[in-house]
Amino acid sequence: MELRFTGVELNFRQEVRDFLAAECPPETRAHLTSGKSPTKAMVVEWQKKLNARGWAAPEWPVEHGGPGWSPAQKYIFREELQMWPAPMPLGFNINMCGPVIIEFGTEEQKKRFLPRMRNLDDWWCQGFSEPGAGSDLAGLKTKAVLENGEWVINGQKTWTTLAQHADWIFVLARTDFTAKKQEGISFLLVDMKSPGITVRPIITIEGGHEVNEVFFDDVRVPADQLVGEVNKGWDCAKFLLGNERFGQARVGASRERIRRLKMIAKETLDGGRPLIEDPEFRRQVTEMEIELKALEMTVMRVIANETKRAGTGKPDPATSVLKIKGTEIQQGVSELLMKAAGPYAWVDGDPDAEGSNDWDVAPDWAFGLAGIYFNWRKQSIYGGSNEIQRNIMAKAFLGL
Amino acid sequence: MDFDLNESQSLLQDSIRKTLTAKYGFENRKAYMASETGWSREMWAQYAELGLLGLPFAEEDGGFGGGPEETMLVAEQMGRHITLEPWFSTVVLGGGFLRHGADAALRQEMVEGVAAGETLLTFAQTERQSRYDLFDVQTTAKKDGSGWVITGRKGMVLHGDTADQFFVTARVSGASRDRGGIGVFVVPATADGVSVRGFRTVDGQRAAEVDFTGARATHVLGDPEGGLSLVDRVVDEAIAVLAAETIGAMDVVHAMTLDYMKTRQQFGRAIGSFQALQHKAADMLVAIEQSRSMAYFATMAGQGTDAGERRRNMHAVKAQIGRSQRLVGQQSIQLHGGIAMTMEYAAGHYFKRLTVNEAMFGDTDHHLRALADAGGLVQAA
Repeated sequence: MELRFTGVELNFRQEVRDFLAAECPPETRAHLTSGKSPTKAMVVEWQKKLNARGWAAPEWPVEHGGPGWSPAQKYIFREELQMWPAPMPLGFNINMCGPVIIEFGTEEQKKRFLPRMRNLDDWWCQGFSEPGAGSDLAGLKTKAVLENGEWVINGQKTWTTLAQHADWIFVLARTDFTAKKQEGISFLLVDMKSPGITVRPIITIEGGHEVNEVFFDDVRVPADQLVGEVNKGWDCAKFLLGNERFGQARVGASRERIRRLKMIAKETLDGGRPLIEDPEFRRQVTEMEIELKALEMTVMRVIANETKRAGTGKPDPATSVLKIKGTEIQQGVSELLMKAAGPYAWVDGDPDAEGSNDWDVAPDWAFGLAGIYFNWRKQSIYGGSNEIQRNIMAKAFLGL
Repeated sequence: MDFDLNESQSLLQDSIRKTLTAKYGFENRKAYMASETGWSREMWAQYAELGLLGLPFAEEDGGFGGGPEETMLVAEQMGRHITLEPWFSTVVLGGGFLRHGADAALRQEMVEGVAAGETLLTFAQTERQSRYDLFDVQTTAKKDGSGWVITGRKGMVLHGDTADQFFVTARVSGASRDRGGIGVFVVPATADGVSVRGFRTVDGQRAAEVDFTGARATHVLGDPEGGLSLVDRVVDEAIAVLAAETIGAMDVVHAMTLDYMKTRQQFGRAIGSFQALQHKAADMLVAIEQSRSMAYFATMAGQGTDAGERRRNMHAVKAQIGRSQRLVGQQSIQLHGGIAMTMEYAAGHYFKRLTVNEAMFGDTDHHLRALADAGGLVQAA
């Protein structure tokens, strides 16, 4: 048992910090510190810098441009980016579609897509959920039929995050209509410029444009853009969903938010005294810090197990904790941030606007906190709702 | 980062596990509890034979040089069987004072007896007014010739009715709640002026109310007016040990609950097939895994030499595990239903141990407040 980071790992942390200090644009950092999501330009610029450094695809094997990091290094990298804060490598490219192509794709597909993914020359989005297939993803109805060597797709996807930025979409579509529901699905790569694709924004409760509906109307896709085998797309989907082991914990992001929360709670007054001096408020913050410390250690355990159990495919019960606790903490902290802002949280700004608080109607730090609170309710819903996570735990780990 | 056991740690774990599995079933435990001492002398001799009682002491003092990781392994197994013997009071608390506060002569005098199972130690600290504040001490120590005499009443002294030596906090100077002016004194149970009233605690252990009336101490540990930092250090280590013990108890009661959910039939099916109950069992697992992480953290942080940081970390450990053990204990009873309300069934006994452990050296509220007052774990931006 060695319950500490090694010297190598600590040196690596410093290396990442040095890189962030030198390369992450201050405007991007300030934008993220205010709690906003990065703009497309910020993400693209940053991803190209990461790629130039060889750090754009932490999870990929070295032969496809991965940095060859240990699990601990991958964790440190993520944590440091989140704490800076800087944008993360684009998840759709790097953590979702890329690994599927590496695992299931042809040599041709790897050559064609992976380098452009890494450098964010193409922005990808995920076409999984449908109006009738949310938690029950395998119930999807979008269909693809082979006609003259091309797949013809018809159907509707929804909750498609940042489809408005996307050049490509990876799609689950039904290709066998007689098989059991998991067995007739294929994984297709589709150019967003294809005729027949329509993207319609969905505006979420805080007013942001993050998700979309994507309609497919006789969209024709060359046969060589199907990944893996026909009707085996569910394997790709399971692989993709199971890949995200410790990403959802977002320990660094929560720590960054708590730091900001404490800064705000020192500035804002309550009963004539700094809010941080209120025992009840302070206690609520402390509860978050405690769970976050436990979560950080849980992530360490998952990482250590990944190293030890590489390739055994045996899941660790601790992994299922990460989604539930990670999202509970993030939501809890967003709630405290809004609480800290008090009445000044109510300004209904445009969360997609570049600048903020131009009218000077509230303290700068209060601006947009409500939007984040409202927006972050999504966290316990997406990626397999927290109730679905409990079902998985009951089945996989509790034997119920 | 490496959470795996090395070979000697695995051997240690195996040997305790085998012994306790063979000799510490629920029926055995009932018999030990009903015996005259309230725990098993035979098991105590076994622990000595396995080397558990001398484990954390340095080899030159007659111990086996085990570290906090080894103690954590022992504690976890003890927790799995909610054992009754004075291991925690003797080896962890008394032993902690010997390791961190005693000079070589005193270690020489006591460690061998502890390791052999012949000497029982305990920590006499709680007073009627002190609640969980280690510095709230009214018991006095007065200089008398070359030594000290102790006067005051100590409560909830773990295994105080069988202990041979008491490590007693007593005030040399200052007011009741001053942090300075407190010393740690060693008083033998046989000293004149020591009177002990033993009783059973709700979780089946023994404890005592101990009156010291001009009782003569045989030793003082270090500075007679600067003993609080030693007390903090010993208690912080003990909190880490309690954390591991609690994990063991939570694991067992959770497994017991799952077994019951798989076998108990109602409405023509196993109750474990109902989603409302499954989600409660899943929440228990989340709490246990988060606590297990905190127990590892405790083992690491309990060794910290920066006292302020170490205290903050242990507040976090105690608060997180405290909340978890309450949830796990209560839900294990709820998911079983009526059967777990009976004295005949083991789950309730685990619940009671978890409940006592939650409050041992400060309950969840105490540690949450203390951590909040100390500024928490994360620095402001």
